[in-house]
Amino acid sequence: MLDKRMSPADIVGQLSDGMTLGIGGWGPRRKPMALVREIMRSDLKDLTIVAYGGADVGMLCAAGKVKKLVFAFVTLDAIPLEPWFRKARQAGEIEVLEVDEGMFQWGLKAAAFGLPFLPTRVGLGTDLAELGGLKTVQSPYDDGETLIAMPALKLDAALVHVNRCDHRGNVQLLGPDCYYDEWFAKAAEKTYVSCEELVDKMEDHYPEDAKANIVERCFITGVTEIPCGAHPSSMPPLYGPDMKAFKSYAGAAKDPGDWSAVADQFVGANEAEYLNSVGGKEAVMNVPLAIY
Amino acid sequence: MSDVTLAELCIFACSETFRTDREIIATGIGPVPRLGAGVAKLTHSPGLMMTDGEAYLVEEPVPMGPRGDYKPKFAGHLPFSRFFDAAVWTGRRHAMVTPTQIDRYGQTNLSQLGGTHARPKTQMLGVRGFPGNSIYHANSMFVPFHSTRTFVEGEVDMVSSAGYNPAKRVAGGNYSGIDLQKMITNLCVMDFGGPDNAVRVTNLHPGVTFDEVQEATGFELIDAVEGETALPNAEALEIIAQLDPHNYRSHVIRDNPSALRK
Repeated sequence: MLDKRMSPADIVGQLSDGMTLGIGGWGPRRKPMALVREIMRSDLKDLTIVAYGGADVGMLCAAGKVKKLVFAFVTLDAIPLEPWFRKARQAGEIEVLEVDEGMFQWGLKAAAFGLPFLPTRVGLGTDLAELGGLKTVQSPYDDGETLIAMPALKLDAALVHVNRCDHRGNVQLLGPDCYYDEWFAKAAEKTYVSCEELVDKMEDHYPEDAKANIVERCFITGVTEIPCGAHPSSMPPLYGPDMKAFKSYAGAAKDPGDWSAVADQFVGANEAEYLNSVGGKEAVMNVPLAIY
Repeated sequence: MSDVTLAELCIFACSETFRTDREIIATGIGPVPRLGAGVAKLTHSPGLMMTDGEAYLVEEPVPMGPRGDYKPKFAGHLPFSRFFDAAVWTGRRHAMVTPTQIDRYGQTNLSQLGGTHARPKTQMLGVRGFPGNSIYHANSMFVPFHSTRTFVEGEVDMVSSAGYNPAKRVAGGNYSGIDLQKMITNLCVMDFGGPDNAVRVTNLHPGVTFDEVQEATGFELIDAVEGETALPNAEALEIIAQLDPHNYRSHVIRDNPSALRK
C-alpha cells in the first residue's frame, strides 16, 4: 500500500533555500502552523512565500526567512494588522507581489492547469499592475477586451493542515470553509499535509465523510500527524483561534520588538515543548470557535 | 425620537443604500454597514442574501457578538472557496466598507500610507478583495469620522480599488462594472452623481451644514443637498436593537452622539 507518512522534520528536510512555498489556510484560520514552526527551527532561508497571510507570514518575516511575499492581505482578524509583517514591510526587508484575493486564487489555478497566466479584469483601474509588473493581454475575439494576465503562482511546495488524513494521502477537511487549499495543492510540485488525526485507511474509518475530501491524493506527497497543528490559528470544528496567544504574539512586536528575544516562546525547541507551553492538547481543544 | 443616535441614523442611511429588488449578496464590514444590510434585508429588500460572517448563508441576519443561546440558522453555503465565482466575479454583490483613504474619483486605499511600495511608511492590511470588488460589483462606503485624512486631496497613496479616474484606464479595458453608490459619513450622505462622476452631497445629517462637510473634505464637493438624512423609523430601530444586543454601534462614532445635534 502507498505510504506517504513522514515526520515533520522529514518534510522540512525536503524543502530548500530559495524555494517558492505556498501555505494554505486564511489569515488566522487553519494554518499549518506546526509545519511553519518546523521551518522556523530550520536553517531554511530566502523563501518566496505565497499565502493568504496570518501569523505564518508574520513570523517567517520576523525571522528573516522571507525573500519575497505574494499576498493580498496579512491579518489576524480580531487583530486586523499583523504586527511582525508590518515591521518587515516598514523596514523594507521583503520584496512583495501584492495582488487581489481573487487574483491570488486565479494565479494558483493557472499554475494548477499548467498555464502561464489566466486573464482577468481584476486589477484594472488600480495600482496593482504597475507596482507588480503585471502585463495585459488583448482578447483575440471580436470584443478585443484588454485584460490583466495574472501570472501562474507556481509553487515548489505547499503546506496545508487538515482534520483527517490516511497513510495514502486521502484528506478530509471538516470546517465550514476549505479556502483555496485545494488549489495550493494543485499549484505545487509537492504538497505536504499535517493532520489532526492520521488513520491507515480512510475507508475503514470515515467513509461517510468522503465529501470532505477536498483534493485527491495524487496531489499529496507527504502526510504527518500533528494534533493541535494549527495552533494558534483555528481548526474548526475542533478548536478556535487562540486570541490570548495571538495577543501575546502581537504584543511582543512592540515589546520587546525583537524576534530573537521571543522566538523560543512562539516556536519552541520542538513541537511537544511548544504544545506544553500553551497548556497542552486539552487547553487547545477548549479554545472556543470564533464568532464573526 | 430624541434618543436616536447618530450611529443609528447612519445605519438607517446604510440600509437605504442596500435597497434593491435583486437577489445579491449584501456585505457590510463593520457594525454600521452590517446592521444597515440587516435592516435592508428584513424590511424593504428581502432578496438580499448574507452570510453568518463566516461561510454559511442565513435568511435571518445573525446578531453581532456573543450569542447566548441563539444559533445561526444556516440556509445555504457561501465559503471563501466559492466567493469569487458565486458573488464577486458575477456582479451579484453590494459591499459596504471603510477604507483608510478615499479620493475624488472614488478610488480607495486599504494597503499602505506614505513611503514607497518597497518600503511603506505605514503598512496596513493589503488590498484584500478591493480590486475585484470595485471592477465587478456595487460598492458603498461608511466613514465614521469625516475628515481630510480620509477624504484626501489629490489621489489616495495606493489605489486599492478602481474608481472613476480616467487616467487609470487602459484602452480596451472593461470598466462597466464599476458602480460606486453612496458614501455615508458621520456628517452626510454623498454619491458620485455629479458631472464625470464628481462627488455630490445629497443629504446632510440634522444640524450639519454643507460648508462644514466641505471643510472636512480634501476635494471639491457639489452641493446637491435634497434635505436632511432621514431618522430611522420605529421598525428599523427595533431591528437594530435585535441585531446588535451588545450595542457595538455605540462605539463606532466618537462619543456616540445623538442624531439631533444639541
